[in-house]
Amino acid sequence: MAAKGKARRFDVVIGGGGYAGLALAGALSQAGLDVAVADPAFGSVGQFRDPRASTIVAGARRLFETIGAWDAISGEAEPVHGMRITDSRLADIMRPVLLRFDNEAAPGEPFAHVAPNGTIRIGLLDAAKVAGSTLVPTGIAGFEQSAGKIAISLSDGSKIAATLLVAADGVTSNIRGLARIPFRGWNYDHAAIVSNVRLEQPHDGIAIQHFVDRGTLAFLPLPNQHASIVWAEPRLQAERLAALSGDEFQAALQQRAGYDFGEITPIGPRAVRPLKLGLAQHFHGHRIALIGDAAHAMHPIAGQGMNFGLRDVAALAEAVVDAARLGLDIGSEPILQGYDSWRRLDTVAMLAATDGLINLFGSSAPAARMVRDTGMGLVDRAPRFKSAVIKSAAALTGNAPRLLRGEAL
Amino acid sequence: MNSGTVGSVDSEEVARFAATAEEWWNPRGPYAPLHRLNPARLTYVRDRLCEHFGRDPKNIRSLKGLRILDVGCGGGILSEPLTRLGAKVTGIEPAEESIEIARTHAKESGLKIDYRPTTAEKVLAADETFDVVIASEVIEHVADPAGFVRTLSALAKPGGLVLFSTLNRTLKSYALAIVGAEYILRWVPPKTHDWQKFVTPGELRRFVRSAGLNVSDVSGMIYDPLRGEWRLGPDTDVNYWLTAVK
Repeated sequence: MAAKGKARRFDVVIGGGGYAGLALAGALSQAGLDVAVADPAFGSVGQFRDPRASTIVAGARRLFETIGAWDAISGEAEPVHGMRITDSRLADIMRPVLLRFDNEAAPGEPFAHVAPNGTIRIGLLDAAKVAGSTLVPTGIAGFEQSAGKIAISLSDGSKIAATLLVAADGVTSNIRGLARIPFRGWNYDHAAIVSNVRLEQPHDGIAIQHFVDRGTLAFLPLPNQHASIVWAEPRLQAERLAALSGDEFQAALQQRAGYDFGEITPIGPRAVRPLKLGLAQHFHGHRIALIGDAAHAMHPIAGQGMNFGLRDVAALAEAVVDAARLGLDIGSEPILQGYDSWRRLDTVAMLAATDGLINLFGSSAPAARMVRDTGMGLVDRAPRFKSAVIKSAAALTGNAPRLLRGEAL
Repeated sequence: MNSGTVGSVDSEEVARFAATAEEWWNPRGPYAPLHRLNPARLTYVRDRLCEHFGRDPKNIRSLKGLRILDVGCGGGILSEPLTRLGAKVTGIEPAEESIEIARTHAKESGLKIDYRPTTAEKVLAADETFDVVIASEVIEHVADPAGFVRTLSALAKPGGLVLFSTLNRTLKSYALAIVGAEYILRWVPPKTHDWQKFVTPGELRRFVRSAGLNVSDVSGMIYDPLRGEWRLGPDTDVNYWLTAVK
């Protein structure tokens, strides 16, 4: 950054270079806007050595394709052709399938893919660079709004300016805090162990979620007969399990998963993440828009954190680009209010549903089990309802933004 | 402005706008309806200009290089977006207070706009011409609309465009724009509009033709009270646009 003279002016400055920030930068730069992404992690080595994997639902994949990021990801992405949900007692030998999804998002299009997090970030970073985004390897220290712009101070002491500042800096968003936008969180007494495993038997592209006692265990298919696991348990139990030796951890995992995949071999590090939901009171402030985890935090039980953030990206990109093509002030209240109301209802509905799921499955009480058994059994016998669930999980329902439908802006 | 010294300008009208000048950019202020009208207005202007000059409306600099005269620019609600789209805009407005507001706001927004406290007649007297001349929500405020149209025609280059938007003189426009907008919805400062001075599409067509222009499009702008938005369509009963080619 220039140390002297006038601060360089961008159309949009994005604080945070995670999935949401990079995807937004790619989409906006592609449309011709002058965009900078600021993230201190851009400067550090090993920023992409994340062993975990993420599910990319069909709507998110279409967005990645449109912004030119998918080619770099597809080689390491495993298609998910189906999903199984089981619910049983720990002592049961079998893990009978309660709910089975084999639908496709559209003919020939898998409803999701699973890809390593590092690969996704590199794909998005390259797409943003190719589209012309400026990457700034420092954080955002402060800002000040005036009638026509937002002046931004960077952590390295330099200054830039923008018409719109986007907070994509995660659940503990510093920008959201500085803008004094309240964030309300709900903590659950659960935590998830996130790690990778190797399977003895092929997974055939099927994702599985086991509900066992008070925990849930999800297997997301990865290439080469590997899988990513998300294993949620009451917090103390999760911490205890994660600290077990390799053999003990393997035995506990095998006991919960059953032998559908043959022997399961844990590989790589284990991380323990507390489960929580959170919601910002507003998704925008004066010349500021919140996206991704900065707007809402989501418990990994639904596996929707990244995908949900990408819905924000698609909606904000559409609102901003449509406004820019009319020459309107892209940081002005009517544009940001439009984005806010577009995303907020969808987010609240998703959080409420996730909260319900946690309370339903986080319990081993007989009544909850009965609701689970009968409820899920009914769903399994209602193909049209299941199809709607698949489409909704793939982010293709409702007033979906153009990027999620695979259309260019 | 001195009353009657310049053909088209009505000095009482100018005084009325000058009194509320500092409210131009308050999105919840007295000019809120103009801000709400802006997406529809800009869609219309951009699309006509892109059609005529062979530009791509999806390009965020679709109007690059076009010289536009924004007649009655007020605080710059139309001039600023046109400048962002790449046009070289001259905004004129007899109310000096409004021009000061417009200049300050453009500077804060980092936009270069040639704002002048003057009238269309004076610009013409200096022999300046433009690719596009726009008079949006202005003709209903001038004293001599036929003369005003002749002046704007003379300001356009051969092959250039002249665009007007204004309120029609129908019962519907009376109900919505005067009673509804000014008193009930408090959209615009009361007495901003005098219904008797409204120009119908038929009258405007005649003014335009006798000024030597060819009408290329007439479209309506319809208010959707549920969404609080204006939309373009064929219904010209309340607010309408007319585009003419020189």
